[in-house]
Amino acid sequence: MYTMGIDVGSASSKAVILRDGKEVVAGLAVQAGTGSSGPGRVLEEIAATSGLDLKDMAFILATGYGRTALPMADKQMSEITCHAKGVFFQDPSVRTIIDIGGQDVKAIALDDRGGIRQFYMNDKCAAGTGRFLEVMARVLEVPLEEMAEYHFRSKNPAQVSSTCTVFAESEVISLLSRGTAKEDIIAGVHFSVAAKACALAQRVGVRREVVLCGGAAKNGGVADAIEKELGAPLVVAQNPQLTGALGAALLAYEEMMRKERSA
Amino acid sequence: MSEKSVQEMTAKELLAYYQAKLDEEARQAKANGKLVCWSASVAPPEMCVAMDIAMVYPETHAAGIGARKGAMDMLEVADRMGYSVDCCSYGRVNMGYMELLKEEAMTGKTPEALANSPAARVPLPDLVITCNNICNTLLKWYENLAAELNIPCIVIDVPFNHTMPVSEHAKEYIADEFRNAISQLEVICGRPFDYEKFHQVRRQTQRSIEQWNRIASMSRYKPSPLNGFDLFNYMALVVCARSRDYAEITFRKFADELEEKYKKGESAFKGAEQNRIAWEGIAVWPYLGHTFKTLKNQGTIMTGSAYPNMWDLTYDAEDESLHSMAEAYTRTYINTCLDNKVAVLRRIMEEGQCDGVLYHLNRSCKLMSFLNVETAERIQEKNGLPYVSFDGDQTDPRNFAPAQYDTRVQALGEMMEQAADGGQA
Repeated sequence: MYTMGIDVGSASSKAVILRDGKEVVAGLAVQAGTGSSGPGRVLEEIAATSGLDLKDMAFILATGYGRTALPMADKQMSEITCHAKGVFFQDPSVRTIIDIGGQDVKAIALDDRGGIRQFYMNDKCAAGTGRFLEVMARVLEVPLEEMAEYHFRSKNPAQVSSTCTVFAESEVISLLSRGTAKEDIIAGVHFSVAAKACALAQRVGVRREVVLCGGAAKNGGVADAIEKELGAPLVVAQNPQLTGALGAALLAYEEMMRKERSA
Repeated sequence: MSEKSVQEMTAKELLAYYQAKLDEEARQAKANGKLVCWSASVAPPEMCVAMDIAMVYPETHAAGIGARKGAMDMLEVADRMGYSVDCCSYGRVNMGYMELLKEEAMTGKTPEALANSPAARVPLPDLVITCNNICNTLLKWYENLAAELNIPCIVIDVPFNHTMPVSEHAKEYIADEFRNAISQLEVICGRPFDYEKFHQVRRQTQRSIEQWNRIASMSRYKPSPLNGFDLFNYMALVVCARSRDYAEITFRKFADELEEKYKKGESAFKGAEQNRIAWEGIAVWPYLGHTFKTLKNQGTIMTGSAYPNMWDLTYDAEDESLHSMAEAYTRTYINTCLDNKVAVLRRIMEEGQCDGVLYHLNRSCKLMSFLNVETAERIQEKNGLPYVSFDGDQTDPRNFAPAQYDTRVQALGEMMEQAADGGQA
């Protein structure tokens, strides 16, 4: 039996196909989110990669900000539950999840059965999110995928203290105009993201293992800054951008099992 | 509208009828040279009503403007006046509205924003009365109104209750505040205070509150015949007309309807209720429908909220020392210590048989938002119920994001389901 999880966020669209609730057949991300060509493209690409069609799916479960705009989905669930499910499936020793997505940053505390004990998310503000990193990358004229490289070259991270993306942008511009090295500014940006994420994690209570997921987890500089800020080891999830879609595919499988039991 | 037809009206019709009637009475009072008072929502109206002063309630008025999608026009006026977005949006909507009324009075021309506003038309006040038993912003806001309009401002000062029960000296102090307000009213009205009418008004207030509490108690049934969001709507009359029989008539009718519904086995939901939540904080008026429907669509019903419960102003109307009335006006849960606040909320959750809690982190209300963090943790420690909070605002639509609300509410639903399934995610 195949099930699909689709996670359409503000900045990217992700999909995972699962066989019998255990084996990942295919999983990929397209860097375009809800309201764009992203959802359509991710479905086309996953069909091409897996050789499977939507009609082969016993159940499709959608999550992310764009979850309600996907007519092919059988059910929608929140990304909090989906990330918890996906990360716990990969690593049952996880007790704290930090997820940094396009417009959300969240910390989720799990119990030893993978149940959600508590979660906190950012308020109505882009500070500490993937979008914040994108804005900074643009101002600094450094591609997002090269941010980590700069980060690890930094000897003296700059202070980026503003909690507002717009104010932080002007702070970065003024650091640039003062001649501060780009690697130090980038490290400062990463520490600023880390501070926001860690505040949420500390609120739910940091218990090991702590796993980082979401698109920003692909940036090793962010992971390094969070680890230092937390003062505890941090595990980066496998395919960190796909954990929400993976959780959705797992929950889709559980839906089918529940249906079969009640049939 | 004849009295007979009033008797035939449904509670919903009565609510609309008496709201419109109150506004009309205020306009008529102004036209006939009688006094109009703008009042804070939990300030005691008993003294003013005893002196036949027409009452207008800016908080309820602002909420109505917000619910009718008219807040932005007023907020823009307040923006131009220099009020920061961090100030209370009830206050800003009201200051904007006042400014437009003032402009109309000074120029004889109705400003476009006022002419096109869905706001109920209410007259400018001749005096204002405020009380710090629910928030301190109300002092500065009303002082500003009084200064802008050059009118008297009556302040009922109520001490914060660091400990409960309310101390005797606090009650005596507040009773003196009432007596002081009476003296001020005698000067403003230019005639002696009508103590006999004051007694009658206190009795009427208690009859209204008794019916209000009857409505609120309906959420104890499972499934609930009462949708908690209805309390947000009916609240308009417990604020604006608790000292009149308008509130009593409407609430009695609504409570009777709910009892009838319960006897017939009907619930507030057309489908089956999946779970029940407590809502802590003021409603998001510009998105009242959205916040309700998101919960409804996932089978969640709100059966507990301490906010409408603030108007459980039960007191002994025969107590001439006014200590009992003083206590009622100071024990509002947000004017009490954290231990009491937690106890009040827990009782509401128990009575409503709630499965989870939704906290509104309201940008307008620093007081409620500040308390929510510690309150939420303490309550969860005691009853273990899952909770989430969302960012919003009572009347500034710019401070609320529907998608963020939806995600948090859905996650709360999933956590409540998880708890019902025995904890497995």
